[in-house]
Amino acid sequence: MQLDEFFVTGEPLIYAGMVSIALVTAATIFILTYFKKWGWLWREWLTTVDHKKIGIMYILSALAMLFRGGVDALMMRTQLAFPDMNFLNSQHYNEIFTTHGTVMIIFMAMPFLIGLMNVIVPLQIGARDVAFPALNALSFWSFLFGAMLFNISFVIGGSPDAGWTSYTPLAGAAMSPGPGQNFYLLGLQLSGIGTLATGINFMVTIIKMRAPGMKMFKMPIFTWSTLVTAFIIVFAFPILTVALALMTIDRIFGSQFFTLTGEGLPMMWANLFWMWGHPEVYIVILPAFGIFSEVIATFARKQLFGYKAMVWSMILIAGLSFLVWVHHFFTMGAGAFVNSVFSVSTMLIAVPTGVKIFNWLATLYKSKIQFTVANLWALAFIPSFVIGGVTGVMLGMAAADYQFHNSYFLVAHFHYVLIAGTVFACFAGLVYWYPKMFGHKLNEKIGKLSFWFFLIGFHVCFFPQYFVGLDGMPRRVFSIIPEWMPLNVISTVGAFGMGIGFVIFVYNIYYSFRYSEREKTGDSWDGRTLEWATPTPVPFYNFATVPHVEDHDAFLDMKKKGQTTFDEEKLEPIHMPSSTGQPFIMMGIMFIASFGLVFEWLWMAIAGLVGVLIMMGIRSFDYDDGFHVEVDEIKRTERSARRL
Amino acid sequence: MKKWLTLLPLSLVLLLSGCGQITVLDPKGPVAESQKELIIYSIVFMLVIVLVVFALFTYMVVRFRDRPGRGNKDYNPNIHGNTPIEIVWTVIPIIIVTALSVPTVQTLYELEKPPESTNDEEPLVIYATSADWKWFFSYPEQGIETVNYLHIPTDRAVEFRLSSADSMASLWIPALGGQKYNMAGMQNTLYLQADEPGVYDGRNSNFNGEGFARQTFEVYAESDEEFTNWVEETQSEAPELTQDQYNALLKPGLLDKMAFSSTHLEWVKHGTLPGMDYAIKRHRDAYGKTLHLKNGEEEDTHEE
Repeated sequence: MQLDEFFVTGEPLIYAGMVSIALVTAATIFILTYFKKWGWLWREWLTTVDHKKIGIMYILSALAMLFRGGVDALMMRTQLAFPDMNFLNSQHYNEIFTTHGTVMIIFMAMPFLIGLMNVIVPLQIGARDVAFPALNALSFWSFLFGAMLFNISFVIGGSPDAGWTSYTPLAGAAMSPGPGQNFYLLGLQLSGIGTLATGINFMVTIIKMRAPGMKMFKMPIFTWSTLVTAFIIVFAFPILTVALALMTIDRIFGSQFFTLTGEGLPMMWANLFWMWGHPEVYIVILPAFGIFSEVIATFARKQLFGYKAMVWSMILIAGLSFLVWVHHFFTMGAGAFVNSVFSVSTMLIAVPTGVKIFNWLATLYKSKIQFTVANLWALAFIPSFVIGGVTGVMLGMAAADYQFHNSYFLVAHFHYVLIAGTVFACFAGLVYWYPKMFGHKLNEKIGKLSFWFFLIGFHVCFFPQYFVGLDGMPRRVFSIIPEWMPLNVISTVGAFGMGIGFVIFVYNIYYSFRYSEREKTGDSWDGRTLEWATPTPVPFYNFATVPHVEDHDAFLDMKKKGQTTFDEEKLEPIHMPSSTGQPFIMMGIMFIASFGLVFEWLWMAIAGLVGVLIMMGIRSFDYDDGFHVEVDEIKRTERSARRL
Repeated sequence: MKKWLTLLPLSLVLLLSGCGQITVLDPKGPVAESQKELIIYSIVFMLVIVLVVFALFTYMVVRFRDRPGRGNKDYNPNIHGNTPIEIVWTVIPIIIVTALSVPTVQTLYELEKPPESTNDEEPLVIYATSADWKWFFSYPEQGIETVNYLHIPTDRAVEFRLSSADSMASLWIPALGGQKYNMAGMQNTLYLQADEPGVYDGRNSNFNGEGFARQTFEVYAESDEEFTNWVEETQSEAPELTQDQYNALLKPGLLDKMAFSSTHLEWVKHGTLPGMDYAIKRHRDAYGKTLHLKNGEEEDTHEE
C-alpha cells in the first residue's frame, strides 16, 4: 500500500486537521514529560478502577467528541447556508454528516450519560463502587479506543460516507469500497462491547448493591432511569453486535448477507439497525429524564411529583421502544396494516412521555424555583422538548410521514428531542454534579451567558428546519436551491450561536478552575439524595459508614434527623478493589486488532486477537482480590475531608 | 421565559403565511391533498397541547419563582402526587392518540388504492427505476422511456412501480404526494395524481452516495391531449433504446434528460429477484469511483 493511500490527501481542511492532531499530541507528550507526569497518569488514571474517575474520563472524552461533532455540524451549516457554496464538495460533505451523526450518538451522548451514571449512581445508592470495577474500566477503554479508531478515519484511510445509519447495499463492499466503512463497523463494534458490559454492570450494581433499607421504589429517580436504561442496553446491543458482525463479514470476507448479489437481503440491515437504533434513542433520553427530575426537584426545593408514575412511565417507554422500529421506514412499502400497527404503537409513546411532562410541571407547583444554571437547562428542556415531542407524534402518523420522511422536518424533530432532551441534560447534569466531581462550582454568570447563547441558537437553528422540510428539502443534500436559502441562512446563524454557547461553557470550566471558591462541605446545593451525603472531594471508598435508608430523598431525611455518613462508632475496615492496567492494555491490543481488520491486514488482526486471548488468560489467573482500608486511615481521610 | 412565549405566535404566523408557498401544504393533487389535511388536522391538536403546556409552564415558573420576600407563602415541599389529576393527564393523551390514529389508519388504506379521478380511465402505469444517480421512467403501454423527466396527464391516477437498479432510493414529488422507497429486487407501488397542470419537482430523497443531491427530475403535468401529443411525438422522434446503450447509461454517474421510443423492461426488471444484480454485475468497479462533484459545476454526462 502506498503512503498516500494510507493517509487522506488533497483536502486543505484535512491537512489542517492532521497538523492540529500532531501539535496537540506533541504538546501533550511535552507537558507530561516536562512535569514528570507519566507515572501519575498511569497510576491515577490509566489503571484506575474508581467509578468516579472513570466517570470523569467518560465526560471529558464526551466533551471532546461534542467539540468534534459540533465542528462537523458548523461545517455542514456553512455549506448549506447559500445555494452556490463550495466550502465542501459532495463527497466531503457526505463524510462529515456521517461522522457527525455517529460521533454525536455513539461517542458523545451515550458516553456523556454513562459518565454521569458512573460518577453518581453508586453514590446515590450508597455503594462503594460498581459491581465489577475492573469490567467498568474495561468498558471505558473499549469506548475510548473505539472512539479513537473511528476518529482517526478522517486522516487515515478516509471517513465512512454512507450515513450514520449505514444502509446497505450502499454501505456494502461493492458501493463503498475502502476502509471508511470498516472504520464505522469496527469503531462501533469495539465501543459496543463496553456499552453492553456497562449495561450488565449497572444492572447488577443497582439490583444488588443498594444501601440497606433502599427498596426498589425508594431509589432516586436518576438511579431508576439508569436501571431501565441498563435493561434496554442489555436487550438492544446484542442486535447491533450481530448486525455489525454480519456486515463486517460481508465486506471483508465476501459473504452475502446484505448484498445485491447472491441471496442478499439489503433491507434486513435496516430492520436490524433500527431494532437496535430505536431503543438506542431511549438509551440516550431516559437517563436525561432522570437528570431533569433530580435537578428540578432539588431547585424547586420540592419532592418529585408522582414518583411512581414517573418510574412506571419509564418502564413503559422502555418496553414500547422495542415495538416501534418500523416507523423509521414506513415508506418501505410494508403495506397499510403493518404501518397502522407501528403508527399506533409509535404514537402511544406520547402517553407516558406526556405523563412525565405534566409530572415535572406539577413538581413546580407550590415550589420555590431557584434559577441556577443547572435548573435553567432543566427548565428550558420542558417547552423545547414538547415542540420536538409533538412533531414526533406527527411523524408517527404514517400516512403523513410519507411527506415528512427523509426531509428536514425529520431533521428538525430529532434535533429538537435529542438536543433539548439529551444535550440539555448533559449540561444540566454536569453543572449540577460538577462540585461533587471537581470540588468547586462552575461560575453562574458565565454559565447563564453560555446557556442563553446555546438555547436561543438552538431554536433559531432548528425551528426553521420544520418549514424548509415541508417545502421539500431533503436531508443529506450538500447543496440547496435558492428558494430554501432564507430559512437556511437563519438556521446557520443559530448553529453558530450554539457554537458560541459551547465555547463559553468550556471557558467557564477554565475560569471556574482558576477562580471559583472551593467547596467546604459535600452538600453544594442543599441536596436531597445520598450523593450529597459524602464530603467533597469524595474519598475513594465513598462512604465511611453506609446509612440506613428510609425515604425517597434519603439525604434530606438524614439531615432532618442529624445523621451522617461518618459515624466513628460504626467504622469498620472497607474492602476495595486494586487498580489494574489490564483493561487498558487489553483494549489497546483490541484496538490494534480492529485497526488491522479495518485495512484487511489479517496478520495484524489475528495477532491482536491472540493477544486479547492471552490477556483474558492472564486475567483468569489473577488472584489479586483487592485490599482493606483500615479504620485509622478512614478516620484520617474523613477528618481532613470534613475539616473536623 | 418570555422568549418561549413569543415563539408560539411566531410559529403560527410562519405557518399560516407559509401555507400558500410551502410545497407540502400547497398540494396539486388528491394524494398530497389528503396528506395535507391529515397534517393540518394533527397540527391543530399539537398546537393545543403546546399551548396548554406552555401556559402551565409559564404560570408555574412565574408564580413559584423564589423571589425575595416571598417567604413560605404557597410553598408546600411535600406534595407527592394526586391520583385523580394524574388519571386525567393520562387519559387525555390516550384520547388524542386515538383521535389521531383513526384518520391515520384510514388514510393509510386509502393510499394503497388509486385516488379517485374525474375521468374514469385506469391508472397510467409508469415504472420508475432509480440508478446511481438518475431516474428511468418507462411507460410500458406507450412503449417509451425517459431519463430524468416525466410527463403525466392531469386528472388521472398514475401508478408508479418503483424499483432500483442498485442502491436504495426514494421517489418523492412533494407537490403530488408522499414518497416510497425504490429497492433492487422488489417492487413498490405508489399512486400519485396531479389535478393542476404545471411543472413539479421530483427527486430521490433517500441518501445513496455522491450524486444524491443531483438525482432530481421534473414532472410535467398536462392535459390529456397534450400528454397524448407528447407520447406520439416521443414514439416517432426518439431513438430506440438498445440493451448496450441502457447498460452504458446504468454506469454510476449523472445524466441529462433523454427520451427513447422503447423501454428497458423487455430485458430486465430490476424490481424482481433475477433483476436485482443486473447493474452491479456490469459496473461493480465503477461504484467505488468518486465523481468529485461540486456545486454549480457542469454535470459530467457520459453518453457512450
